[in-house]
Amino acid sequence: MDLAVVVAIEVLNAIAGLVLISIGLAIIFGMMRVINIAHGEFLMMGAYAVLISVKNGINIWVAMLVIAPIVVGVIGVVIERCLIRFLYGRMIDTLLATWGLSLFLIGGVTMIFGNTVEGVSSPMGSLPIGQYSISWYTLFTIVLAVVLLALVYLVMKRTRLGLIARGTMQKPEMAAALGVAPSTVYMVTFGIGAALTGLAGAVLAPVAGVVPSMGVAYIAKAFITVVVGGEAIVVGTTVASSLLGSISQVMTFLTTPVWGDAAMLFVAVILLRILPRGITGRFFRRSI
Amino acid sequence: MRLSLEDAGTAVFLALGILLLVLGPTMIGLFELLTLTKYLILSLFAMSLAYIWGFGGIISFGQSAFFGLGGYAFGVAGLNMIGDTTTPLLLSVGISAAFAAALGYFMFFGRLTEVYMGIVTLVVTLILFKLIGHTAGSEYAIGVARLGGFNGMPSLPILVDPFTGEEMWPETMFQVVLGLLLAVYLMLKLIQKSRFGRVCLAIANNETRASLLGYDVRLHKVAMFAIGGGIAGLAGGLYASNETFIDPNALTLIMSAQCLVWVMVGGVGTYIGPILACCALNYLAVWLGGVDWGLGSFELENQFIVGTILLIIVLALPKGLVPTIRDRIFPHWPHLRGPEARASGGAPPAEPGAAKPLERSA
Amino acid sequence: MSDALLLETSGLTMRFGGVVAVNNVDFRLREGELRCVIGPNGAGKSTFFKCITGQLQPSEGRIEFLGRSIAGMNSHDIARRGIGIKTQVPNLFDGLTAAENIWLSARRHHVGRDATRIANEAMERVKIGHLAGYHVGQLAHGQRQLVELAVVLAGEPTLVLLDEPAAGITAEETVRTAEIIREINRTTTLIVVEHDMQFIRQIAKTVTVLHQGAVLVEDSMDNILRNPTVRDVYLGKRAAS
Repeated sequence: MDLAVVVAIEVLNAIAGLVLISIGLAIIFGMMRVINIAHGEFLMMGAYAVLISVKNGINIWVAMLVIAPIVVGVIGVVIERCLIRFLYGRMIDTLLATWGLSLFLIGGVTMIFGNTVEGVSSPMGSLPIGQYSISWYTLFTIVLAVVLLALVYLVMKRTRLGLIARGTMQKPEMAAALGVAPSTVYMVTFGIGAALTGLAGAVLAPVAGVVPSMGVAYIAKAFITVVVGGEAIVVGTTVASSLLGSISQVMTFLTTPVWGDAAMLFVAVILLRILPRGITGRFFRRSI
Repeated sequence: MRLSLEDAGTAVFLALGILLLVLGPTMIGLFELLTLTKYLILSLFAMSLAYIWGFGGIISFGQSAFFGLGGYAFGVAGLNMIGDTTTPLLLSVGISAAFAAALGYFMFFGRLTEVYMGIVTLVVTLILFKLIGHTAGSEYAIGVARLGGFNGMPSLPILVDPFTGEEMWPETMFQVVLGLLLAVYLMLKLIQKSRFGRVCLAIANNETRASLLGYDVRLHKVAMFAIGGGIAGLAGGLYASNETFIDPNALTLIMSAQCLVWVMVGGVGTYIGPILACCALNYLAVWLGGVDWGLGSFELENQFIVGTILLIIVLALPKGLVPTIRDRIFPHWPHLRGPEARASGGAPPAEPGAAKPLERSA
Repeated sequence: MSDALLLETSGLTMRFGGVVAVNNVDFRLREGELRCVIGPNGAGKSTFFKCITGQLQPSEGRIEFLGRSIAGMNSHDIARRGIGIKTQVPNLFDGLTAAENIWLSARRHHVGRDATRIANEAMERVKIGHLAGYHVGQLAHGQRQLVELAVVLAGEPTLVLLDEPAAGITAEETVRTAEIIREINRTTTLIVVEHDMQFIRQIAKTVTVLHQGAVLVEDSMDNILRNPTVRDVYLGKRAAS
């Protein structure tokens, strides 16, 4: 029984992990059709923001939940203004440019901070469940993922910002009609996507080693989740993360993490073959 | 068969190449020869992407997957088949081509859009990298060849002359590599002139029309992709032999990115451009690495350089160096995509009574 | 014109989400016919064509060409069976010359010298020999229409579909195009979609009128012109049924 609870929590954790690393990408890709290959580096910068803040004595929760999103959000806005906005509509050029950006950022961070893996200690203790124990931090991650999904959904559905964003993505003229410049909408959306990703990276920092190339390990999963999820941001990310995360984690339990990743990939491949536009390209269309 | 300006260019390039092949070992010092051999192998890798991108419109973000696969295929086969390197090299071509065909089938028959294809090729490279990285234990071996995980596979065989059975000297290696490069170049040029090649180019222009004429677009793309994969695999096998070593670095994103940069800088739609760009940028990187920036132990990261170059190229020179230069010198050369075909010179004759010509369609 | 049915659709329906673009269309075309399909914008004419060529997979219904079912087949398979289309917006290889475009069409069924000969003949029929060496992307719209016509002819199709061949071309080009179409009809069956009535008058014999995806009426040109329902549809008086 205890084992069942622990397994269930680990599965939820895997799903939450996918949600966290994918939601920012889903917003940027789902709404703006921008493929940001440097997505992993936004995660990485969030982690480094936490690392540096903690080293300078700032409380880790503040570092994770406040500083990291703001820092990476601002960086995201700068990147959008200086690079991305010249390439709207040019898909392949965006891919190439963000790839260059990724290498630029990894190389740059390596040159400034060096190549060694640093650690951030986990801020919470463990909770015993029978003869097993799980970390409170795991539960925190799960709760955070749910909160973020709810937040994004509510903002998109219920606020003026969300309405303007959704409208602009479909018809740029709509933003102007509502009194907002489309370029501003793009900038803010990209910034929010970046901020959410920075937050994800920050949350990852205690769990993964902080190193300039850490983002590379996650972008495959993030892209797979977003592509399998399809166009709807919240619903797509939720469904895809749930499906892929549970399959991956269950396989990991039964065998090894390598097979867990392999299973996730295998399922994603099958799904993409049947549903080339992702799950929400066919089901739950027109949801958020 | 009518010969064109482009054919003349091909002939000149081949002639110069053969000249270099014959005279190189005597005129170039040993160290430079070794360096050049390595860069020529990488140029072959660049050509694989130059082919599928420039002459088929297929952008692969994971060409290093085939390069690395070829390298590992050579390593495994080479370590197992003592004394024979020809078969391992053929295997590196075959296995990479087969893998590319399989991946191509998945992508092109699966109706994935161009954008998703870019992501898929990227992700495949990442996954291969991860998988090979996990093979450190001694149980991960094929025959006598241990895959070695992140440590890679050392002590790979140098190419062996199939006729004499002796290991090749560096001079011979140089000639073999250059010879293969020129042979592949010629092969690709001949393909370009064949119906298959011309249909592929048409597909890059307008898939719908190609399909409406009765050509199976998916099949052509898979075939192209497989050929490109095979060439990349050949380069990978040669690389593994030349370095006598292969590790997951051959499968990294940075490897794929470098390939893209060489093709972009050199110019999509040419072969000579990417070959020159590959060599030039490699020499540049070495030079930059040796420069004393006066900042103590500060070293310019290779990734940083490649990333910066990519950014500059995309923002400033989207067509690449060679086409930009070529446009200035020969404004009448044919280009690939529609908008670029509106050359500055040679406007067509107006139709009699063309009182209200419509705007040119986009 | 024989009695053999070249093309037949039964219950052909195409839905995009909630919109029914082609609504239960029964269409019969005999060998040798020159049929015009007209209707106001959005009547489903181009969509109808795309179902036939395989560019779209019909939601329902059957399409039979030369007695064989082709609904849902790939467009390249359908093209190989002998259907050629000049699309509404010209679909050409912009980066290649007109001659290369036409040659690629001929080369599908013929080799080497035959292909060149057939390509040249197609260029002759449409009288665009002087455009051979120019890149299609450089040509004016009317010229592109003619090139695409030659491209279709070089494929030696059994059925030619022309989607708005008179769109955006000069009056003189219109007369020439009508002439070419009549000449093509001597050896090949055609369906022409148009809403330029002046042009239709120059070529039409039997006309099918589409409205909101369904067949409204099918009759000879003269009767169609006199039909008040058709007039209403074009003038917008007839509300959605």
